[in-house]
Amino acid sequence: MAVGTIGISRRGALAGAGGLLMAAMLPRGRARAATRIVEDQTGPFAPNAFVRIAPDGSITLILPNVEMGQGIYTGEAMLIAEELDVGLDQIQIEPAPPDEAYVTKELGTEATGGSTSTIATWTSLREAGAVARTLLVRAAADRWVVDPASCQTGGGVVRHVPTGRTLTYGELAVEAAALPVPASPVALRDPSAFRLIGHAQHRLDGPAKVAGTATFGIDVQQPDMKIGTVAACPVMGGVLLHVDDSAARQVPGVRDVLTIGNAVCVVGDHYWAARKGLEALAISWDEGVNATVSTDTVYRELHEALQGPAIVAHTKGNAKGAIAGAATRVEAVYQQPLLAHAPMEPINCTVHVTPERCDVWVGTQVPMRARDAAAEVTGLPKEKVFLHNQYIGGGFGRRLEHEYVTQAVQFARQVGYPLKIVWSREEDLTMDRYRPAYVDHLVGGLDAHGNLVGLSHRIVGPAVVARWAPEALLPNGVDDDLLVATVETPYAIPAMFLDYARREAPGVVTAWWRGVGGTRGVFVIESFIDELAAKAKVDPVAFRRRMTTDHPRARAVLDLAAEKAEWGTKLPDGVGRGVALQYVFGSYLATVMEVEMSAMDTVRVRRAVVAVDCGRVVNPDQVISQIEGGLIFGLSAALFNEVTLEKGRVQEKNFNTYRILRMNESPAIEVHLIDSTEDPGGIGETGTAAAAAAVANAMAAATGRRYRRLPLTGPQA
Amino acid sequence: MLTLQVNGAAHQVDVPDDMPLLWVLRDVMGLPGTKFGCGIGQCGACTVHVDGKAVRACSLPVSLVGNRPVTTIEGLADDQVAAAVTKAWLDIDVVQCGYCQPGQIMAAVALLKGNLHPSDDEIDQAMSGNICRCGTYRRIRAAIRNVAGVV
Repeated sequence: MAVGTIGISRRGALAGAGGLLMAAMLPRGRARAATRIVEDQTGPFAPNAFVRIAPDGSITLILPNVEMGQGIYTGEAMLIAEELDVGLDQIQIEPAPPDEAYVTKELGTEATGGSTSTIATWTSLREAGAVARTLLVRAAADRWVVDPASCQTGGGVVRHVPTGRTLTYGELAVEAAALPVPASPVALRDPSAFRLIGHAQHRLDGPAKVAGTATFGIDVQQPDMKIGTVAACPVMGGVLLHVDDSAARQVPGVRDVLTIGNAVCVVGDHYWAARKGLEALAISWDEGVNATVSTDTVYRELHEALQGPAIVAHTKGNAKGAIAGAATRVEAVYQQPLLAHAPMEPINCTVHVTPERCDVWVGTQVPMRARDAAAEVTGLPKEKVFLHNQYIGGGFGRRLEHEYVTQAVQFARQVGYPLKIVWSREEDLTMDRYRPAYVDHLVGGLDAHGNLVGLSHRIVGPAVVARWAPEALLPNGVDDDLLVATVETPYAIPAMFLDYARREAPGVVTAWWRGVGGTRGVFVIESFIDELAAKAKVDPVAFRRRMTTDHPRARAVLDLAAEKAEWGTKLPDGVGRGVALQYVFGSYLATVMEVEMSAMDTVRVRRAVVAVDCGRVVNPDQVISQIEGGLIFGLSAALFNEVTLEKGRVQEKNFNTYRILRMNESPAIEVHLIDSTEDPGGIGETGTAAAAAAVANAMAAATGRRYRRLPLTGPQA
Repeated sequence: MLTLQVNGAAHQVDVPDDMPLLWVLRDVMGLPGTKFGCGIGQCGACTVHVDGKAVRACSLPVSLVGNRPVTTIEGLADDQVAAAVTKAWLDIDVVQCGYCQPGQIMAAVALLKGNLHPSDDEIDQAMSGNICRCGTYRRIRAAIRNVAGVV
C-alpha cells in the first residue's frame, strides 16, 4: 500500500475528470483509513471512519459518497464488506457526516462527483474493512491465547480453526477497540478470492425505494416544522426592492413572509399555502446589470472569441505547419447550449436554527461546504452545525452547489421553528446553476492517404473550476476540465495545437453537469473525427481503428461495439448508424447509435450498443445501469435541451418547455462489459458523455448532413 | 372539513378546496411516498390511484376527489399485482435515485390491473407520462413484461 495505491497513471488522472488533475494541485492525504474515531474503550469498535461495530453485534458501514442513484452505497458497502468478511445482509449503512476523514485527493474536498467515487475508494475502503477484520481476529486470538494465523473469518464471526471455537464480531467489539490500529498497511484479499466484488449484488436501497419509504431531503419531517417556498429575483444579481405581502398574509395557512437580500419566502402550514401566498405577493426587484442579457448575447460573445487572443493550453509537434502542408483541410465550428440539471426532486433544504445549534437536513454532494455555509450564516462554530445528509432524488452536479443551503439558513435563522424550504419546479429550473454554453473551432489536415496529420482546436467558454475550486485553475488560466477528451483522446494524433479563450457567461452562474468536460469534449472530438473520416472517404469505424494502434483497450471496445451493433450491414433509407469512441473518467467506451429520421429534425433513436472497459468492476449490473441511464440523460439533452435567456430571465420553466426524453422515445440499449484487471475507472457519467456524438453521427449518416449545434433537433447553422 | 378515503381508511382533513391532493397526502396526512416533481401534471412523480385509475395528484384539487378511494404507494401492501410489480422491480434493480419510482410503480400497477399482458406500445402509452431523469426506462419496461409473465 505504498504511495500511489490508487494506481491512477498520469494519463488516467488527466482523462478522469478535471477533478483528477485537480488532485495534483491540491495535495491531500487519501481518505484517512487509519483515523481513529472511537471515543472510549467501552464504546463501539470504530477503528476508522468507515466501520463501527457495537457490542450488540450491529455492524454499521459509514459510506463516504452520497447516494443519488449511481448505486454507490451498494458499491462502497461491497468494498468494505469484502474485506471485513461480512454479508451485505448483516450491515447497516450510514451517509458520512461532514468530516476531513472523507476528503479525497481526487476532489480536494468531501464531495461526490466527477465519477471519482470508486476510483478514490477502491483501495481505501477495502483497507478500512481489512484493518477492522485484522483487529477483530487479534482480539479473538488474544482471548483464546492462540496464534491469529490459526483463525479464520466469515459471516461476521471469528473461528479458531483447530478447535472450532467461534466469537461474533459483536462479542469482540470491546476488546478490539482497545487494540492499537496497525501502523503498516494490512494485506488485502487477492482478487481471485473476491466473494462480492465483481459479482452482481442487488442495490441496498432498492426495497425502501420501491416501497416509497426511502426518505429524500424533501420528505424530511420535524416536530412543529413549517414549509416555505421561495421567489428569488428572476434576474441573476438583482436585489429585492420592496414586497407587499398584505394579500399573501390573508391566504389561509400562511404563517410568515421572510425576506433576504435577493429573495422572498412565504411560510405556511403546508406547501400549498406557501405557494398560494407566494403568488399573492407584489414584489419589486432591482434587476441590475443582467436585465438585458439574452441567449443571443451569450452566443455572440462566444463566437466573437473565435478570433483574437487565447491561452495556449496544449501543443504537440507543429500542428499548424502540418495542416498547412496537408492534402486536405477540414474545418468545423460546434456550439453547445446552457443546460439545466432538472433532477426529479426539486431543490429543498430543511433547517432548524436555535441559539445553541443548527440542524440541516439536505441531500448534498458537498457535506462540508454545506455545513460551513450554515456556520457562516448563523455565526455558530462548525461543530455546532449538524448536517444530516439524505437520499438525493437525482444530482447530476446540481448538488455540488450549496447556495440553496445558504439561502435556506438565511430564512430559517429568522424563525424559531424548523423550516423546510421547497422550491417550485419553476424556481428549480430558473434558479439553477447551468452547464455552460461553449463554442469550439477545429481544423484538421489529412494527408493524401486520408490520415490525420495535425489538429488545431480553439475552445471558447467559461472556466467552471475558477469558481468551484479556484485553487485548481491551472497557472496559465486554463480550466483543465476542458482538456478532458480533447487533449487526452484514444487516438494517435501526430500534431496538436489547442488554445482557450475564456468567456464567462453573462447573466447566469455556470456549474458542473453530468459528464463535465467529457460530455463537452466527446461531442466535439467525436463529431470532428467523423467529419474527417467522411472527408477521407473512410468508414467511421475503420478510420478510428487505424488511429488506435497504441490504445489496445480503445480498439477492443470499438471492435466489440461494432460487432454487436452489426456495423456495416445495410440499413433502410432514412436510418443511420453513428459511432463514438472515448476515454474519459479512466474508462473506455465505444457507442453505436442507430437512428431513424423522418425529417431533418425529426429523429427516433432506435438502438444503442455500448462496449465498456472500465477496469475492474465492483457491481457489474450497476455499471450497466449507469451506462443505460447516462445515455438516456445525455440523449435528452443532445436532442431537445437548451436553456435560453430573455431580458436576463430563463425561459424554460417546467417540463412542458424543458423537454425530457420519455419511455416511448428511449431506445433499446445493450451494454457489453469487457473483463479487465486494470484498476477501476469511473462510470456514472460515461454514458452521458457518449450520447451526443453517437447520435449526431448517426443523424449525419442518415441524412448526409452534419449536425454541429446542440440541441440536435434545434436550428442548425 | 373533507372526508377522504385513503388506503382503505376514512380521513378527515381541514384544507382549502383547491389544494391539490398531492399536498394533502404529503403535508397534511404524512404520506411522503407520493412525490412532487413539477406541479403541472407533466412528470408523473405524484401518480396515485383514484378509483383504481392512475391520476396526477399534483393537479387534482382535493375537493374533486369526493368519496372515491385513493391509493398511494404506502397503500399497496396487500395487493397481489402490486406485490408482483415491486418484486419485478427489485429482481432487475430498476431503481437508481428512486425519486420517480413510486409514481412509476403506481402507473405500472394501474396498467397491469386493467391489462395483464400489455404490448410494448401499450406499455409506452401507459408509462410515457412518467419522467425518469436517471433513465431507467429500459428496466421499467422489462420489469412490466416480467410481471405479465408471472401473475
